[in-house]
Amino acid sequence: METLFTPFASLGGGALIGLGAVLLMLGLGRILGATGIMSGLVFAENSSEFSWRAAMVVGMILSPGLIFLITGQMPEILVPVSPLMIAIGGVIVGFGASLGSGCTSGHGVCGLSRLSVRSIVAVPTFMVTAAITVYLTRHVFGA
Amino acid sequence: MKLIFALFTGLVFGIGIAISEMMNPAKVFNFFDIAGTWDPSLAFVMGGAVIVTFIGYRLVWCRTAPLFDGGFQIPNNSNIDSRLVGGSAIFGIGWGIAGFCPGAAIPALGTGRWEVVLFLAAVTAGFYARRLLTLIQQTTKAA
Repeated sequence: METLFTPFASLGGGALIGLGAVLLMLGLGRILGATGIMSGLVFAENSSEFSWRAAMVVGMILSPGLIFLITGQMPEILVPVSPLMIAIGGVIVGFGASLGSGCTSGHGVCGLSRLSVRSIVAVPTFMVTAAITVYLTRHVFGA
Repeated sequence: MKLIFALFTGLVFGIGIAISEMMNPAKVFNFFDIAGTWDPSLAFVMGGAVIVTFIGYRLVWCRTAPLFDGGFQIPNNSNIDSRLVGGSAIFGIGWGIAGFCPGAAIPALGTGRWEVVLFLAAVTAGFYARRLLTLIQQTTKAA
């Protein structure tokens, strides 16, 4: 399935993602890591961290609706894989991201921007394994 | 005020995720599918996000403290261990299978798509699997 090359939308959207990370540092002094925010809500152990995480997730969930109000269209989500692949991939994502202490937002956006040594190791690691996985599922085992 | 700020931050981040199409698995797969229908757009997402965060963080850190907290809470761990590398490698495999990552799927929940609900439920299961592993490791160490 082909997708259009969208450098300007991607750059602009990326800048907003970065602005979100900067705002969280300005307001609360925290790193914006989706894995940490989500697992913090799932296990609900730290009550002082729970409320801002919940508020942030509410804001995140409201964003497609706001886009719908402005443009009349929901953001596009094309899922070219089966529900089984989504479920298996999801479990692996949850396990790996919590073991590795971060995902695309925490290590990728925030960690690289801080020049964190751990993130400089983590990001190429998950980019390479993701690319190998896509190569295997698309070209070797043929999805 | 702190919670409204957190909600606004989530909204900005989520709009960025939607505009940049990080929440569209077809785009994610094509970013990694260099040998097939390659679409390099998502490199621009990461580029835009890191440029803004890199500059923004340094401006924010000129302050002595964030707006709504006593201090900045920034990880200072610089250990490159097997959990970091292994966890990141595993995360990449899952991302390559499902096409969603946590930071993209949380805002995508607002579109009401069942695939996103399935993915996040699976990620939660992955968090629990990681907990279970830690518990087992602690028990074997204690024994």
